[in-house]
Amino acid sequence: MSSLNIPIYMDYSATTPVDERVAKKMGECLTQQGYFGNPASRSHSFGWQAEELVEEARQHVATLLGADPREIIWTSGATESDNLAIKGAAHFNKKKGQHIVTVKTEHKAVLDTCRQLEREGFEVTYLDPLENGLVDLDQFRAALRDDTTVASVMHVNNEIGVIQDLKALGAICREKGVIFHVDAAQSPGKVAIDVDDMNVDLMSLCAHKAYGPKGIGALYVRRKPRVRLEAQIHGGGHERGFRSGTLATHQIVGMGEAFRIAHEEMAEENARLSKLRDRLLDGIKDLEEIYINGDLEQRVPGNLNISFSYVEGESLIMSLKDIAVSSGSACTSASLEPSYVLRALGRADELASSSIRFTLGRYSTEEEVDYTVNLIKNAVSKLRDLSPLWDMYKEGIDIDSVEWAHH
Amino acid sequence: MAYSDKVLDHYENPRNVGVLDKDDPSVGTGMVGAPACGDVMRLQIKVGDDGRIEDAKFKTYGCGSAIASSSLVTEMVKGKTLEEVEAIKNKDISEELALPPVKIHCSVLAEDAIAAAIADLKSKQTAKAS
Repeated sequence: MSSLNIPIYMDYSATTPVDERVAKKMGECLTQQGYFGNPASRSHSFGWQAEELVEEARQHVATLLGADPREIIWTSGATESDNLAIKGAAHFNKKKGQHIVTVKTEHKAVLDTCRQLEREGFEVTYLDPLENGLVDLDQFRAALRDDTTVASVMHVNNEIGVIQDLKALGAICREKGVIFHVDAAQSPGKVAIDVDDMNVDLMSLCAHKAYGPKGIGALYVRRKPRVRLEAQIHGGGHERGFRSGTLATHQIVGMGEAFRIAHEEMAEENARLSKLRDRLLDGIKDLEEIYINGDLEQRVPGNLNISFSYVEGESLIMSLKDIAVSSGSACTSASLEPSYVLRALGRADELASSSIRFTLGRYSTEEEVDYTVNLIKNAVSKLRDLSPLWDMYKEGIDIDSVEWAHH
Repeated sequence: MAYSDKVLDHYENPRNVGVLDKDDPSVGTGMVGAPACGDVMRLQIKVGDDGRIEDAKFKTYGCGSAIASSSLVTEMVKGKTLEEVEAIKNKDISEELALPPVKIHCSVLAEDAIAAAIADLKSKQTAKAS
């Protein structure tokens, strides 16, 4: 008897299901019988109770970061947090300087925010990561100038799962007097965070990648030394003026509970996911011409991003329809968007290959991994048997040296 | 993307996958497309003494429609004369497979592969005659 549910979900870095324990708490904050009050209502118990729940959640988020709860601002998600942090800090410090430093493999929420600042007249340096996805510390240090106000580097990369050395980067920023912003959307429950030890000034977070609900996030804003921001959303002055708008009690409670669980169960869950990820990798590592993208050591346990040479992306996805994974091509392909993250790692020279991101999570099982291993092996062998490029590779012909008739 | 049953059938069970001896004077080889465009098709045809195609093989790097188009072509050309094969147009392929508009180029590529294979065969025969 098989307990497999097809399709198998292996896209936990895209989003996670809400943990049952989280959903239960959220459900208690909605109806007339529950805590539906406006946390900003000062004149009655409905408001007071809701406020208490919001503050309890704020404490859970702060605990995970090693922060003070007064340093946590609720937002709608990591994208809004990135916008508030980078634009807010850049605008506030405009008189000091108009230069920002970030990395080419950042999430679009950071890159596009920087693009907008460029349109406003700011100058942005986009650093190339090393081939393994990590930031070169010397290069980073050299990029920080006297007029640099903000540096933004993500903690865990969403595509390749590599973990940046925040402590080293933070120390450089502190020494140079640059505000250090970190997009940590992928981190909670996967890698330990200590904002003081890491000298982080601003940190973007969201709930839905840590078994919490979508539509809620937070921004950590350091109090000592104080980091000041220009608000991006104006109104009733909620969240000490940083972010106006009625607090969504059920969402906040969900994020708080999700972070409490993430903090408590991280060690155990990581050990389990490491084993599963290794099982997946062991299962397919004998396939020829496959490449792991990103450093395998400095990496969160549930992520595996692999390029398969001489296999076309769309047909690979067709063969893997039983598993929900994220795909791209390491280079240009007619049917799949090339991944800018993989290209930034310098894999653009790969003419014919496709990449798959497998991300495992709380509900992944050994059975699912074994099924996936079989599926991938069969699909890759089948497509290579069908591929004239694979024949050419086997004959020792370099397909980059062939003059192709482009159509 | 929703593929037709015929595309899925050819994709799941591709016909005539393989390689013919490209140095055999009765074999014509056509390789079209480019890795950077996402499709490379190799079609090979072998003509018998009666002037009809007695065998056809293909290998394709590409999406499901490209694989299905080339698989179908190997079935279509068998038993036909070169003149009859030259008359096969991309529309015949795309209609048979019910290809969606964004995948019409796969049938065009298959037509190009036929033309390239025939051209290779004819150049071999001319070389032999001279």
